[in-house]
This record gives sequence, structure tokens and C-alpha cells, in this order.
Amino acid sequence: MGLIYEGIKQAIILIFTFDPEVMGITLLSLKVSGTATLISLFIGISVGTLVALTQFPGKKIVVSLINTGMGLPPVVVGLFVTIFLWRSGPLGFLGMLYTPLAIIIAQSVIATPIVMGITLASMQQLPKKLRLQTLALGATPLQSVWVLIKEARLPLLAAVMAGFGGVISEIGASIMVGGNIKGYTRVLTTATVMETGKGNFEVAIALSIILLAMAYCINYILTHIQQRERHF
Amino acid sequence: MKRLCTFTITALLLSFAIFLTPFANAAPADKNIILSTTTSTQDSGLLDVLIPVFEKKTGYFVKTIAVGSGQAMAMGQKGEADVLLVHSPDAEKKFITGGYGINRRIVMHNDFVIVGPSTDPAKIKGLKSTTEAFKKIAAAKALFMSRGDNSGTHAKEKVIWKAAGVVYEGEKWYQQTGLGMGQTLNVATEKRAYTLTDRGTYLALKKRLDLPILVEGDAILLNVYHVIEVNAAKWPKVNAKGAKAFADFMVSPETQAIIKTFGVDKYGSPLFFPDAGKKE
Repeated sequence: MGLIYEGIKQAIILIFTFDPEVMGITLLSLKVSGTATLISLFIGISVGTLVALTQFPGKKIVVSLINTGMGLPPVVVGLFVTIFLWRSGPLGFLGMLYTPLAIIIAQSVIATPIVMGITLASMQQLPKKLRLQTLALGATPLQSVWVLIKEARLPLLAAVMAGFGGVISEIGASIMVGGNIKGYTRVLTTATVMETGKGNFEVAIALSIILLAMAYCINYILTHIQQRERHF
Repeated sequence: MKRLCTFTITALLLSFAIFLTPFANAAPADKNIILSTTTSTQDSGLLDVLIPVFEKKTGYFVKTIAVGSGQAMAMGQKGEADVLLVHSPDAEKKFITGGYGINRRIVMHNDFVIVGPSTDPAKIKGLKSTTEAFKKIAAAKALFMSRGDNSGTHAKEKVIWKAAGVVYEGEKWYQQTGLGMGQTLNVATEKRAYTLTDRGTYLALKKRLDLPILVEGDAILLNVYHVIEVNAAKWPKVNAKGAKAFADFMVSPETQAIIKTFGVDKYGSPLFFPDAGKKE
């Protein structure tokens, strides 16, 4: 128990003295995972909507693939992104391994199927007639899709939270493609593992608390938006 | 609705403001060095002291990838690292003869120690011979935690088992963590197991561990660190200049002086002993 108390004390000290290293790590986590979430929203919502609203042979296979992707293990993604970005790999000429950009790529790959799967499910549970109605009222297909997305905004915000939550807490890919380089690719999760390895448990606990607090704040804002939309 | 709009817009603007701040200084490619090294140099905190000095002096940006010595050399073998700081002499020699690395130079040493539970079920405390201690651990079937990750420490451990003539594979008392040294020490202290560790990492973690040193000082326990530049003739993408600058830095008198005193204030004794220029 003393250790947890020490950890909480340390967390408070680190936060309120604006410890430059911890601030840098926190900001980087936020930036990397935020950017990855934005990318995954863009791809996930568009592809998810497309798959939900169209009929094509093999749709069940595609949907199953997306649903499998929702549980994509971060280490597997990390491994493949590493192999692609190696100097000797197909994308090695970019020199991108062990950069924040590499983490963004890996995290986007992890978050996209999560967003896509939730989008797909939320679009499919909208009443079928809604789309026909909008079209009958003279909406262009694009306008019709926009109405549907607005209609599904509550579960879509849940998709944002799930996607962000998935990547901010992820470690396997970040440490493989980022390398946990001090002041450059060290994010909250990789720093926590390293501090545990060094035996600095107080710092590790402090970093965990900062991670949790940050995740809570982001989700609070999103939930706030989500719940205000509900007028009933 | 209006309040909601303002709120959403503020939130969005705030997040964009964060995203727009640039990432930390990404140096141009020829100023980047990938240093592949063992976990002990990072977990002991030595690199946190040395690398800022090097970066300030030379303007290079060092990307430290802390893995086991085995993996570090595997990265070097594929040309994915520029310079290695490792402690697995037999594997290093193979690395050099294979033409993957050049200019292998001695940097420093410390030693390995056998640590274990204070109850010492195998009764090895104070033994002079490491192989004798390993034999006793095996005979007592006392739990032994191995790194199991092809690191320098793991390689040393295998050498000792071989010298002791003990077959350990598949034995219940022999377990592999597959983790770094710091993590393995944490596991060993929780499971009351024996393990082999480098003294640097051990001293850095000691306050958290219930694992006294039981055997030390045997010649076989010497732990030597070398710096190796990855052969740019084999891998043109390797930053040969940067690798040489880093290797030169590691054996320079200044750096050696830092190594000599590193850890004295915190642990009462140095974690590493400078060796540059010495014969092996």
C-alpha cells in the first residue's frame, strides 16, 4: 500500500510541478494517439458507412473481417509495420522507423477496424426506411448519407472513444515501431514499462495515473458532447 | 444547441492546437544514429547520462533501442542499426568474422553476480566457484529464473550451465522470463528464485529487491561491454560517420571518466569500470 501512496504522491508532484519530461511524454501520447484516432475516424466512418449501406456478394466475409480486425493484437500490427519500415523493408526508403510518425501509422491500423466495426453496426441498426425516406424527399445520395451519419452520432461518438481508448493504452506496437526513444518516441505506456523495468515503481504508478486521468478527461469531453445531444 | 456548438468548436480547436505543435526535433537523416544496445545500459541509467553529452557535443540525434544483446546484433546483422553497445563476447566475435561489424572496441566492464532468496535453499552463499553454485541449484531443484532472450546475460548463463555440465532444458525448476534484466529481477524476487544478473542493473534495482548477492568474484563472471560499428560496406544505408562518432565518443577519456564515477553518488559504488584501450 505504501508504494501506491508513494506513486500517487509522485504523480501529483510530477503533474503540478510541470515536470518537463513527463509533460513531453504526455503531450506526445496525446498527439500521436489523437492523430491516429482522427485518421481512423476518417477511414473507419467512410468505409464502415459504405459497407453498411451497400449490398454486394461476399459482404458477410468483409463484415467478419472488419469484426475480427476490431480485436487486432497491437503486437501483430507492430511487427508488420516494423518489417515494412525497416531499412531493408519495402518502405525502408522513407526512413520512418523509430519516429512518432511510425507510431501514428501503427495506431491508425489498430484503431481503424474498431471505428469501422462500430460504424457498421450503428448504421445497420438505423431503420431501413430512413434512407429511402430521405431519398424520396429529394436528398442526393451524399446528403442522405450525411443524414444517416447524423442520426447515428451517438454510437459514432462511442466509436471515437473506443478507437482512442484502444490506441492510447496500447504498448506492443508503440514500443516496436517507436523504440521508446527518450524525448522523441517515448509515450506514457512505453515509459511505464521502462520505469517498471528500472524498478522505479513510483514513477511507473505516477505515469499510469496520468494516463488514466488523461483518458478520463478525453472521454469526459466526448461523453459530454454525446449526452448533450440527447434531449430525452 | 448554440452552447453545444461553441463547446464542440472549442474542443476541436484545442485538439488541433495540440496536433499542430511540431514533433520533437527530427534531425535530418544523416544526423540520426540508431544505437542498438542491451537493456542493462538503459535500465542502469548510464545512457541517460551519456547520450545527452554526446548529442550536445556532436549534434547527432541518437535513437536508442534497448533490447537484449542477441536482438541488438540481429538488428546490426540486417543493417537496421548503425552502432551497437553489447556484452556477449562470443556472439560479437561471430558478428565480426561474419563481416557485419567493424572496429570492435572495449568500453567497460562490470561483473555478473548470482542473486537469490535470502533463505538460500540450495546453500550456495559464499561459494567461490560459479559452476559449483549452478550444480547445487540444479541438485536442489531450486527455482532459477533465466532471461531466455538471447541477451548477453542469457549467453553467459548458458556458458556457465555448460561448464557445470547441467542439463536444464525442460526442467521444472528452470524457468524463462523472456524479459529484460530489470523485469527478470522483479520476477525472481516475487518467486523467490535464483538468477544471474549484471551488477549494474542489480545495484540500480536493489532497493526494491529481496535478493542478496550469493556468489560473486569468480573469473567466469566477468561482464565486458564492447562498442561495434555496423559495417557500412555491407549495408550502404548505415550511418557510418555517425556510428564512428559514437564509438569514438564511448572510448574517449571524457566519457570514460563519466563511466568511472557513474552511480557512485547513488549506490555507493560505480556500476561500470572503464576499460577503453585495454587488452582483453
